[in-house]
Amino acid sequence: MREEIVFAGFGGQGIMFMGKAIAYAAMNEGKHVTWIPSYGAEVRGGTAYAMVIISDEAIASPLIKEPTICVAMNGPSLRKYEIKVKAKGLLIINKSIADSEAKRKDIEILNIPITELAQEAGDHRIGNMVALGALLGRKKIISLESLISGLEDIVSSAYHNLLPVNERAIRKGFEYGSR
Amino acid sequence: MAKKVLMCGNEALAEAAIIAGCRFYAGYPITPQNEIPAYMSKRMLEAGGVFLQSESELAAINMVFGSSLTGARAMTSSSSPGISLKQEGISYLAACELPAVIVNIMRGGPGLGNIAPSQSDYFQAVKGGGHGDYHQIVIAPASVQEMADLTMLSFDLADKYRMPVMILGDGILGQMMEPVEFSLQPSAFSLQPKDWILDGCKGRKPRVIKSLILNETELENFNLKLQKRYREIKDKEQRCEVLYGEDSEIMLVAYGTTSRVARSVVEKLRKIGKKIGIIRPITLWPFPERTFKKLEKSVKSFLVVEMSCGQMIEDVKLAIDCAKPVHFYGRTGGKIPDEDEIIKELDAISGFSDRRSDRG
Repeated sequence: MREEIVFAGFGGQGIMFMGKAIAYAAMNEGKHVTWIPSYGAEVRGGTAYAMVIISDEAIASPLIKEPTICVAMNGPSLRKYEIKVKAKGLLIINKSIADSEAKRKDIEILNIPITELAQEAGDHRIGNMVALGALLGRKKIISLESLISGLEDIVSSAYHNLLPVNERAIRKGFEYGSR
Repeated sequence: MAKKVLMCGNEALAEAAIIAGCRFYAGYPITPQNEIPAYMSKRMLEAGGVFLQSESELAAINMVFGSSLTGARAMTSSSSPGISLKQEGISYLAACELPAVIVNIMRGGPGLGNIAPSQSDYFQAVKGGGHGDYHQIVIAPASVQEMADLTMLSFDLADKYRMPVMILGDGILGQMMEPVEFSLQPSAFSLQPKDWILDGCKGRKPRVIKSLILNETELENFNLKLQKRYREIKDKEQRCEVLYGEDSEIMLVAYGTTSRVARSVVEKLRKIGKKIGIIRPITLWPFPERTFKKLEKSVKSFLVVEMSCGQMIEDVKLAIDCAKPVHFYGRTGGKIPDEDEIIKELDAISGFSDRRSDRG
């Protein structure tokens, strides 16, 4: 197993955190992982991406040219990364926000109303967790439980009161992605 | 086995410095190394040491100078433009035979450049960026685990040879997160008392640490003493990693992040039977010349890959006395060579990837 994942969206959508959450959970399952952030002069509302590789074998280059999975959390990142996704790869699109549609026919496309599902889970700001759930619903890279239990370690204890709503969002996304 | 944690390279380096016994850190903020001072600002206090955000890079390196001569394990970090500012201080550390660890998480240059990864400070690091006939040991990690392990080694080497050691990383290594285990303990060496420090001379002869030596003979003799030590280091401390040294026709040569990309190329081409390997220098000074001399006999040519316009390539040519062709591929300005570009370059050299794998 080897997946090369790009998470992309606006700064402030929790893009870096999505990558860290899945990389951390995968590490705990004994997998090799790398995580690289975009670390330019990023600001809230600017573009942000995180590159995550999860593999059963040691990872030489941590850089991703053609992701096998891309999560596009907004329109600009959809337009930027649709062309880069590897043939037969998976493109997850936040259709609540994206202002255009994907055109590729050689990849799997999952359009998902992320903001609405996050709202249903209890907080419109946690669309990133919905997207992660959907990703695991579609591709069994790691178990849902690893992801959920991992959050406890990487979320600052000051915010542990938000863990239940995050879990709900992940499960909602998972359900949607498993369909 | 210690528990694996997911950390970025900068933080892993900082934590390893604490474990190695570093109790003085001074630095001035600059991307892409800010996680080092940020981490130290919290962790150093827990460890009972001193964290100081100085007013400038010059102040930081001179504070390191001061704490080192009182016997502390001391470190500063910066990125390219900030490291240029520290050069005077590094020359003084070398002149006063003071151990110190200096971290350069390189970014695009020259000048203020940009904050993207780069390897264009190689010359500055290995050829002596400050004035005078001195060297610093230069260590090049290639993973977050090595950011930790080699930091511990750097403190040991600095104390052992009483000289500055530079850890030469790049923006990717600093920012990237990978699993890391802090399983190393400070070596026995690091626990030895230092008999040269300035810690108050009550009851003993006063000691002097200075770099001003006006008498020509004395200064020449001091230089010869340093050179003798440098020869010893060249003899004992060359480090590198070699993959497929036995049967490779072409050897890639790369360090740091670039070596990770080059390694992917090697793995890809080995799967289709190509005779290619990689030499990854871990010490850039001393350069692992012995390995090059040994492999030069069986290798047909070398391809050096760097995030620069061609700096380490000079040391490769020197190491093999230009006995074999040494090619170069580099990207600069914050660009990173990608696998396809390197393979294309290999093709241009020898039709490498087009050749049938069953041909010797």
